[in-house]
Amino acid sequence: MALLEVRNVSKDFGGLRAIDHLDFHVEEGEIVSVIGPNGAGKTTLFNLITGLFQPDDGEIIFDGHNLVGLRPDQITKLGIARTFQTVRLFFNMSVLENAMVGQHCRTRSGVIDTILSLPRQRQEEERIRQKAIEALSFFGTRLVGFRLHQPAFVLSYANRRRLEIARAMATEAKLLLLDEPTAGMNPRETLELTELIGRLRDEKGFTIVVIEHDMRVVKGVSDRVVVLDYGRKIAEGTYDEVAHNERVLEAYLGRKAVRSA
Amino acid sequence: MAEIAPVRKVAVVEEEIKLKAEEVDLQRAAKLGGVAGLVAVFVSANGMVQAFAERAIISPILSMGYALLFLVPLVIGYLAAKEPPVREGFEAPKKGPRNVVAGLLVGVGTAVGLALFVLVASVVNLRPVFLNVSPELLELLTFGQGVGPGLALLVVACVVLGTVGGLMRLVPDRLRNALWGGLAWTLLIGLLEVVVAQLFRGLGLGFLEDIFYAPLGGLTLTGALVVFVLAFLYYYTVVPRVDAWRANYAQLPAERQRSFRLGALVAVVVIVGLLPQVLGPFVSEVLDLVGIFLLMGLGLNIVVGFAGLLDLGYVAFFAVGAYTTAVLTSPASPRWSPELSFWLALPFVILAAALAGIVVGTPVLRMRGDYLAIVTLGFGEIARLLLLSDWLRPYFGGAQGILKIPNLSIGPIVFRTPVDMFYPILGFCLVAAYISWKLKDSRIGRAWMAMREDEQVAEAMGVNIVELKLKAFIVGAIIASFGGALFAVKIGSVFPHSFSLLVSITVLVLIIVGGMGSIPGVVVGALALVGLPELLREFQEYRLLAYGVLLILMMLYRPEGIVPSKQWMRELHEEELMQDAWLKMEEERRRQAEAQAAEGKPAGQPGEA
Amino acid sequence: MQQTLSQQLSERVNFAAVIIWALRLIVAVVVVWGVVSTLMSGVYSPSQWRDLVIFGLAQGGVYALIALGYTMVYGILGFINFAHGEVFMSGMMIGYFVADYLNQIGMWNGNPVLALLIVLLVSMATSTTVAVLVERIAYRPLRGSPRIVPLITSIGASFFIQYAFRGLFGAGVKSYPRMEALQGAVTVLGVRILKVHVLVIVAALVMMAVLYWFVEKTRTGKAIRAVAEDKEIAALMGVDIDRAIVTTFAIGGLMAGAAGLLYALVFYQVFFFSGFLPGIKAFTAAVLGGIGNIVGAMLGGLVLGIVESLGPILILSGLGIPAPHQLKDVVAFTVLVLVLIFRPKGLLGERLAEERD
Repeated sequence: MALLEVRNVSKDFGGLRAIDHLDFHVEEGEIVSVIGPNGAGKTTLFNLITGLFQPDDGEIIFDGHNLVGLRPDQITKLGIARTFQTVRLFFNMSVLENAMVGQHCRTRSGVIDTILSLPRQRQEEERIRQKAIEALSFFGTRLVGFRLHQPAFVLSYANRRRLEIARAMATEAKLLLLDEPTAGMNPRETLELTELIGRLRDEKGFTIVVIEHDMRVVKGVSDRVVVLDYGRKIAEGTYDEVAHNERVLEAYLGRKAVRSA
Repeated sequence: MAEIAPVRKVAVVEEEIKLKAEEVDLQRAAKLGGVAGLVAVFVSANGMVQAFAERAIISPILSMGYALLFLVPLVIGYLAAKEPPVREGFEAPKKGPRNVVAGLLVGVGTAVGLALFVLVASVVNLRPVFLNVSPELLELLTFGQGVGPGLALLVVACVVLGTVGGLMRLVPDRLRNALWGGLAWTLLIGLLEVVVAQLFRGLGLGFLEDIFYAPLGGLTLTGALVVFVLAFLYYYTVVPRVDAWRANYAQLPAERQRSFRLGALVAVVVIVGLLPQVLGPFVSEVLDLVGIFLLMGLGLNIVVGFAGLLDLGYVAFFAVGAYTTAVLTSPASPRWSPELSFWLALPFVILAAALAGIVVGTPVLRMRGDYLAIVTLGFGEIARLLLLSDWLRPYFGGAQGILKIPNLSIGPIVFRTPVDMFYPILGFCLVAAYISWKLKDSRIGRAWMAMREDEQVAEAMGVNIVELKLKAFIVGAIIASFGGALFAVKIGSVFPHSFSLLVSITVLVLIIVGGMGSIPGVVVGALALVGLPELLREFQEYRLLAYGVLLILMMLYRPEGIVPSKQWMRELHEEELMQDAWLKMEEERRRQAEAQAAEGKPAGQPGEA
Repeated sequence: MQQTLSQQLSERVNFAAVIIWALRLIVAVVVVWGVVSTLMSGVYSPSQWRDLVIFGLAQGGVYALIALGYTMVYGILGFINFAHGEVFMSGMMIGYFVADYLNQIGMWNGNPVLALLIVLLVSMATSTTVAVLVERIAYRPLRGSPRIVPLITSIGASFFIQYAFRGLFGAGVKSYPRMEALQGAVTVLGVRILKVHVLVIVAALVMMAVLYWFVEKTRTGKAIRAVAEDKEIAALMGVDIDRAIVTTFAIGGLMAGAAGLLYALVFYQVFFFSGFLPGIKAFTAAVLGGIGNIVGAMLGGLVLGIVESLGPILILSGLGIPAPHQLKDVVAFTVLVLVLIFRPKGLLGERLAEERD
């Protein structure tokens, strides 16, 4: 059975159909890229899966649970974590704290445990800390060491994107949704991240869906590519299959011709 | 293309030679002069100068009224004479006559404003409209010398002080800080005569009082001089070394630091604990009130500072605590009077507060931040109006409230006087401080802060917004209810009038001014904003005026505490550019190094198919 | 990680939603029960009800005028201008001094029309000045920050203005001089109405009509609406944003100034705290009508005025609550809370500038 299954989902925004009867699935251990021209509904798809929006129609099944009607935090707890296209960190919290927030849904200490400083709570804090550092260490030395206690707003753009991924990793999700993880990175950083996405699956066992514009990244990471246009799936397959699909070329080139005019 | 070229050129020029720095903006200074004039006239016309004139700061020569009036040209002159910030690619601005001129302009502005005011007021009787423009005020403003010579004196004083403000910019930093520090402490010690004199007496140093303070109030000249010199020396010699000490301290091993901090904390608690014994009942009364507000400040800080929920009806929880205590402990409670002891009532107080937190909290959970503020304000007012109404009079006594609340006691110890009450209040404050310190660095605290920073993202990261907002409301409500319970036993009675919106606003101001999230900040805020007006009755009248100004200034110049992220982002821009430049440089250096080290050997780049 | 059905169910049943539904039910029951039992008791005569409605309309007209200031500022800048109640109070206060002077020289009753006009102009000018100054000093530097920052600033401004007025003009309650021409009642369509109420209702309606025309038809009005819709696009289209915003504050001030005089004619009293309650109520009216929505503010004002006038007696006396008039303000605050909880979009729906937080 697929880990994530989007069945016949639609979403309207005031008459504008952002997602149109979409069927889409992700197998466990897969890296799937979602591509498509601007406004094709990629981010909306993520927002639907993570519960930020509710679909008008259809169901989303993750790991045997129907996600429709659940709140975002419940969905995260079931094992889906995401990053945002416009980096959205907790900028005034430290790098470490940002990652520690990711552990929130895996831990239980409440107000009273904390005030009484119960041993269980202290152990849990320690574990949260370790898990967070573990997630941050995935990016080598970039986010650890003296950076741990710096507020997130001092980070460079690329590091902000990395921290966002680390925060998502810290939720111990099964499925990571990465929304344009390389946007705004320079070519070197992009390459590095492409490799990291592969390692996220191979070493850490995440299943990954990534929205990406950079075709080199898509080519580098994807087991399978799904192409959206106007909220519909117009093609699906390996990178090479999709890259030669006529409808895909049309969707991109058609737009491109308009854009360059 | 042709259009782009000149821009490039400028960029190159900037890198090669430094541009001349901007100079002190005299136009701005002139504008500020106008502002200074308005401020001076305002504080005169609204009665502050006259009301404060009663209180001497330095015995015959300086009253608080004059101090207020003359600080206007001095401080605004100093601000106007500030050089523009150093920008990259520009020379550092030079100090010079322009700073002084800026100060002078402000002085002139103040003088013109005040002179016009005095002239108009001496010709036309403004009193029917401006109640406080009295002959006494005019006499004060003209130093009792009549309009002609007095006005000349006033003008000279303002101009001189404005210029001095400008001159302060030319003084080296260290000396300048010491001068300001000396001035501030002299004014403060003069103002706090009641406290300091009491302190001398309490410590058995009564003779010092005669040296420092004049019989009719205010510091003696000797006293003022001593205070100024001591403060000056402190700022000149001690303060510049603090950084070095801090660096030393930071290098100590963690355990030593910990024990050091614990020691300091114990010392502070012991000293604070001895305070009321030394300071006597009047000052202790004030300290009690400060403590209760501090307690509420710590509670509201959890709601506003940690969780980012602007609660303007916080007084409702204070009222819940006070009324629950009153009903459960007072024999005079109209409907139910179980006459429990304070400590037996306390669990019920906590329960009632938690319930109130849920009742107020639940409906507002999904609300926009500003609507939440207004709804909580509405709840606060509803609570007060209901308590006041005839409808609930059979239960809560209406406007007459509930009297005869028994004193607090632990076993045989009864806390009767303000001096006694200080200790339970201090105890509860410590508990509240401990709670907020503990929560701040915990799973719950982090989730609150994440929620404050970006609610949507926090939710997407697995934080249950509803649950956490409710928790913040409940914890905040319980701490406020402690404040209410202590307030009830301290006063011995509760009235609806004690629970007005102004309490909520006071607590809000105190935490905003104290700097959100900082516990020492809240302490200083409570001392200055609640303690000072209680101590000096003439401040009381102008307390809320000052709060209003403080709120505006804090939001204009230091909004970080409240909603930091977006503000930071703007300032950040520059830093980010620098970081990007640095990254590029690193990149370049690495590439060169690689090229040199391994000629012909291509850099292994992963991910390339 | 299979969950049991009950676990899944409990996850789906939203605890907050349950409480809110329960609240809704309780409110409905209380209101219906109160109304029915009051009407059944028949203590109040139809003419009493009619008087209450008319009083409510007059009061509501004033609320509506003030509410316009809240709603327009919210529409264009997206924050609650808490100090708007003080803008209203300032016009009323300065208007008092002029009215008092006119009364002393005999013009107040000698030439009431001219006197009212003079006071109206002074009152409007004062309120406008205060509104524009507050915008310039306290809000403009904060444009673009999250809406809670200017809200706190406006609370500060509100207290500053209140206590500045208290310092300058004294803390006492000032009584507007009575105007003889407005004493007594007239009969309109067979209904006896106090002259003051006629004046207030008509004046409020006229002001609102003029404002509506201004916003819908004039160039400046269109500029304001464009800025409210989308600041960046409006700026690209050559609209001067700063000017549009200042104009908005000025219009809010004009309306509040007019409301100041009308309120004074109904209640004859002013002191430094007079702006607080009408301010909050007008804000309630603005939310009730749908914030950002100009017609909504007018409607919301009138509805709130009537609810506040009728509500205590109609609902509370039926529930056997003694002295319901004491709870007039409670009714208004309750409306505020309930609207924000159950229908934050208001009666006619909100119209806001782009979301910013």
